[in-house]
Amino acid sequence: MIGCAIANRGITGRLPVWLPNTYTKMEELITRIHALLIAQFGEQVATIESSGLQPALVVDPALLPQVCLLLRDHADTYFDFLSCISAVDDGIEAGTFTVVYHLASFPYNYQLTLKVVVPNDRQLDNLPSVPSVSGVWRTADWHEREAFDLMGVYFEGHPDLRRILLPEDWEGYPLRKDYEEAEMYHGIAIK
Amino acid sequence: MRMQLSTRSTDNMSLPDNPYRHAQRAYEERLAAIGAEEMIINMGPQHPSTHGVLRLQLITDGELVKEVIPHIGYLHRCFEKHAESMNYGKTIPFTDRMDYLASMNNSHAFVMGVERMLGIDQQIPKRIEYIRVLVCELNRIASHLIAIGTYGIDIGAFTPFMWCFRDREHIMNMLEWASGSRMLYNYIWVGGLFYDLPVDFESRCGEFINYFKPKLVELDELLTANQIFISRTANIGTLPADVAINYGCSGPMLRASGIKWDLRRVDNYSVYPEIEFDIPVGSGEMGSLGDCWDRFKVRVDEIRESVRIIEQCLERLTRELKRTADFDPRALVPKKVNVKAQDYYVRAENPKGELGFYFVTQEKSDIPKRVKARGPSFHNLSVLPELAKGVLIADLVAILGSIDIVLGEVDR
Repeated sequence: MIGCAIANRGITGRLPVWLPNTYTKMEELITRIHALLIAQFGEQVATIESSGLQPALVVDPALLPQVCLLLRDHADTYFDFLSCISAVDDGIEAGTFTVVYHLASFPYNYQLTLKVVVPNDRQLDNLPSVPSVSGVWRTADWHEREAFDLMGVYFEGHPDLRRILLPEDWEGYPLRKDYEEAEMYHGIAIK
Repeated sequence: MRMQLSTRSTDNMSLPDNPYRHAQRAYEERLAAIGAEEMIINMGPQHPSTHGVLRLQLITDGELVKEVIPHIGYLHRCFEKHAESMNYGKTIPFTDRMDYLASMNNSHAFVMGVERMLGIDQQIPKRIEYIRVLVCELNRIASHLIAIGTYGIDIGAFTPFMWCFRDREHIMNMLEWASGSRMLYNYIWVGGLFYDLPVDFESRCGEFINYFKPKLVELDELLTANQIFISRTANIGTLPADVAINYGCSGPMLRASGIKWDLRRVDNYSVYPEIEFDIPVGSGEMGSLGDCWDRFKVRVDEIRESVRIIEQCLERLTRELKRTADFDPRALVPKKVNVKAQDYYVRAENPKGELGFYFVTQEKSDIPKRVKARGPSFHNLSVLPELAKGVLIADLVAILGSIDIVLGEVDR
């Protein structure tokens, strides 16, 4: 069993010690985390994207698992809870896929959004590839299987990347913008 | 049946060699190479104790479960694909069908996200917010009653099931009165409500609460302290807090492991900061912390807290937030939801745990580019293979029942 931040601090089975959330604004928190990551991994690790209500960190795909591990175990962040992984098709013209990670920190009550953008040519034999974070949070296992199943994003190093919601012999990835429904499935008209 | 299965596997063999199918092949090889003393038992998808269409493949050694492989997706209705093809308001009925035992809570979370993106979340009148909380808490009780009742029947106790469904029926009737529909309400709208509460709803709801409180004591006496029930649930399926967090468990599942994490308090959304209630957590009273009994007990305690919340809502709705002739619950409902291009993740506390919606919106369009739903049951179920290692098959039923999954939300 991979231990999470709370286990590392030896408080399993008891109520965690809640730490004060010192940031009133998400921008402050994300700037601080950005600085933390740069100090650890260098300048190219991440950029801040702050267009909407929730700013996000766009992380270099190659460094993603290390970044996640650091955010989970660092004493200033403790992002021990992975809320959600969403794969997003950026559109046919954009030529990229985005994988979005929503993290939460129980001890501090922080929330953080990480994004990974991978360029891809949309060929079914060349899926966009992102390193798996299922070694950091076990819940990523099923989420990555779902993203693989519905959006066709391949997660390197995933222990069991089978389809999860659709049958194993389904063709294509339905949540892609250029997906076309099949006429028949095992002799059953499905359109 | 055997014929069908074999045709299907030849189909797979004839598929072109896809490099992305290596995990599927490894899985098939794993099942083909089980030991002589092992046996594969198929549980579901039409098994009464799987609470819907869940299929579990058990690799067993005698009565012991060595490994559980869950197969989900039998109830996949393409919620996310549908949400990409219609505007936000039209998606609300689809959210109702996710966790169909707590439709109000689903639409509340969805609506909250859209309102925050529109920037109108602070302008919603207090009466509307209190009505939303009232119906959500009623729905939470209904959902927990099903969890408790069906859990009883999984363990072998039939009476609690009848009692819970009898009391739940009163809630269903009240919500039908308010929204016109028994289970799938479409009552909470972006910017308001479908209708104001029917006249006299508050007093009837108060009557129900007065009726329900002693019933809850009865239910407690019947099940919570029942020695047979305790023997079947205490020390079974113990989920330590760190494992629960690592697997993304939330709601009663997480709180039973001793973590006081309730988004109603953590995020302080809607009017919850104005309402007094406690967050029940597991205590390990009958066995170890985070066992099946704790998960059951947290749900029973949460019903009590929901009753408290409803009482406070009713008091405010009949006094300072009284119905007025000119009150229009649709006054703020936008004709067209025009949000600027952005992405937003909203989370709320459902009866089952953290329900999240992730929106990616497009400029000048009331149709989202992507909506991702994070169902709490999906995560709570994913911990099952971990909980079920080395347990008896009969205990697996007890563990699965204590997770309280709704397949509509697992598969979406």
